[in-house]
Amino acid sequence: MPDIRLEGLTKEFKEMVAVDHIDLTIEEGEFFSLLGPSGCGKTTTLRMIGGFEDPTEGHIYLGGSEVTGLPPYKRNVNTVFQSYALFPHLNVHDNVAYGLKRKKVAGDEIKSRVHEMLDIVDLPGYEQRRINQLSGGQQQRVALARALVNRPALLLLDEPLGALDLKLRKTMQLELKRIQGDVGITFVYVTHDQEEAMTMSNRIAVMNAGHFEQVGAPQDVYELPATEFVSGFLGASNLLEGEIESVNGPTAKVALELGATVALPADRLPTRQGRIGIGVRPEKIHIQDASAADASSRANAIEAMVRMSTYTGVSTSYECRTSDGSPVVVYVQNLGSSSVSIGAGTRVRLSWDPEHTFAVKRVAKAEDDGDKTATAMEGART
Amino acid sequence: MAAKSERGRLTPYLLTLPGVLWLTAFFVVPMVTMFSVSFQEGNIYEGYRFTGHWQTYTDTLGSYSEQFLRSLWYGLIVTAAVLLITFPMSYWIALKGGKRKNLFLLMILLPFFTPFIIRTLSWKLILGDEGIFLGTLKNIGILPDSYQVLATPTAVIAGLIYNFLPFMALPLYVALEKLDPALLEAAQDLYSNKRETFMNVTLPLALPGVFAGSLLTFIPVAGDFINAELLGGVNTTMIGNVIQREILVNLDYPEGAAISFLLMAGILLGVFLYARALGTEELMG
Repeated sequence: MPDIRLEGLTKEFKEMVAVDHIDLTIEEGEFFSLLGPSGCGKTTTLRMIGGFEDPTEGHIYLGGSEVTGLPPYKRNVNTVFQSYALFPHLNVHDNVAYGLKRKKVAGDEIKSRVHEMLDIVDLPGYEQRRINQLSGGQQQRVALARALVNRPALLLLDEPLGALDLKLRKTMQLELKRIQGDVGITFVYVTHDQEEAMTMSNRIAVMNAGHFEQVGAPQDVYELPATEFVSGFLGASNLLEGEIESVNGPTAKVALELGATVALPADRLPTRQGRIGIGVRPEKIHIQDASAADASSRANAIEAMVRMSTYTGVSTSYECRTSDGSPVVVYVQNLGSSSVSIGAGTRVRLSWDPEHTFAVKRVAKAEDDGDKTATAMEGART
Repeated sequence: MAAKSERGRLTPYLLTLPGVLWLTAFFVVPMVTMFSVSFQEGNIYEGYRFTGHWQTYTDTLGSYSEQFLRSLWYGLIVTAAVLLITFPMSYWIALKGGKRKNLFLLMILLPFFTPFIIRTLSWKLILGDEGIFLGTLKNIGILPDSYQVLATPTAVIAGLIYNFLPFMALPLYVALEKLDPALLEAAQDLYSNKRETFMNVTLPLALPGVFAGSLLTFIPVAGDFINAELLGGVNTTMIGNVIQREILVNLDYPEGAAISFLLMAGILLGVFLYARALGTEELMG
């Protein structure tokens, strides 16, 4: 049963379209993330689901019935706000009990449910604490408990971990995932952190400029980005420009601008002909000295020159340039003795499997320098 | 090192010294003097001597109970009225004022660039029996010729409300300005409609402002005499008028001092009860 359905949802502000005709279905019990850079419309989408913004166009269905236009207090949805928005004049118990009191739940039941919920978020015995006595992480848990205690059909989370330091954020990511599993409530999670989205979600919608670039499981979105934006936003990726040469059954061949021809599964092509971008993730590339190339080389191969190699402990990253000046980044795991570093200035052979090759539509862009045939984009790693 | 830490320990006291000296010279000394004056006896020609005569208190409380009660009553009415008038105003400026917040605040304060007396006198013109307002209404026959506002409680209370409005508006604004709009959304998210959101979140969080504004309004209003003097009549005399007359006209200093201390006691009691009613924890929180 679909828990939430958005149909042609649109929000226009004075001079801009924040959310542009999006359609989405989220299943019951899913941990769903809206991922995108700031200003992409993800928070506006969440606020429309919560009832804090009225859509300009489109419909919102919750558990089969339409809630478009209903005020927040008439929706079976609760929100964990970015700033937590805990009531400073109430203690922890009264904050968590707030929604239950409004719903006229009996006093004894309120007490036991608050108690139980504080156990779940790992704050047992904190009932009488004042909000300003809590740390950021504890406030975050209280905000979560305050929303979850109402047993909503859907929980909305607006970058709830944004204010926490990195270590606490990592812990809370796993905590949130555990709690979601425990309570079994559908979570819709807004974040600009791709790692966070991938860690926690069943599915991710990558948003850009008010529309969905791609919706899918974390692996799918990462391994097979559908657009140039997604390939750049989730992790680092290398994009090389090329033209479709032939499609032969399940395999397609693409002639790269820089000379080589690469193969990839035909169903990954966004079009059947013309110019496209060919992508490969840095960790999928096999790097070896060009003069010592051997049988370990993969089917798709190009030549390049190492410009810089950086040792980062767990891996070594190589920044290379192809013959036409396109940058290509390669990550190699440091597996001990076999990992002999390749120095700057070495001519190398970069190769990867057709299976690890993806294709995206070329977006026409202003070309004002020679560096037009490929792009290497560093993902938004925050 | 020892000398330095010695000085470090003294620093807080040194910093408060100017304030302490100021308050001693201009608050403690006059208070003690006035308190001792209130127990003196005599008259202006032969001078006043301290005799410990406490009956001045009971005598004045008896003779001026009407003015006492009227002052406290006017204080209550005016405080309640400015609270009702300024709360929506301050709320709107604080939450919806946007970039023009300061302009709106300036508009509230603008009349106060003219002196208190002038402002009150201009109300005399506005409310005058043949003034622009009543005169016009009388000319077109809406009001009878005998109708008057000046010299009635209405005029005094209206003047007081007008004069003390900003003393409530500004503390309320400060309290409401700190209100995170996300808290109002959170309340709505947790099944509160607009009214419940106001009662459960907005109002409790505005309480410190309400309290401060009430004190800043009630205390000076209860002691005011200018409005009653300029806009009122014989039936609107406030305790401030009595004190002013005793000290400046009758030159009966002990009586003036005793009444002043009675007024102060009354106000302190009122403030204490008010703080208890609002709940001290919220006010300090």
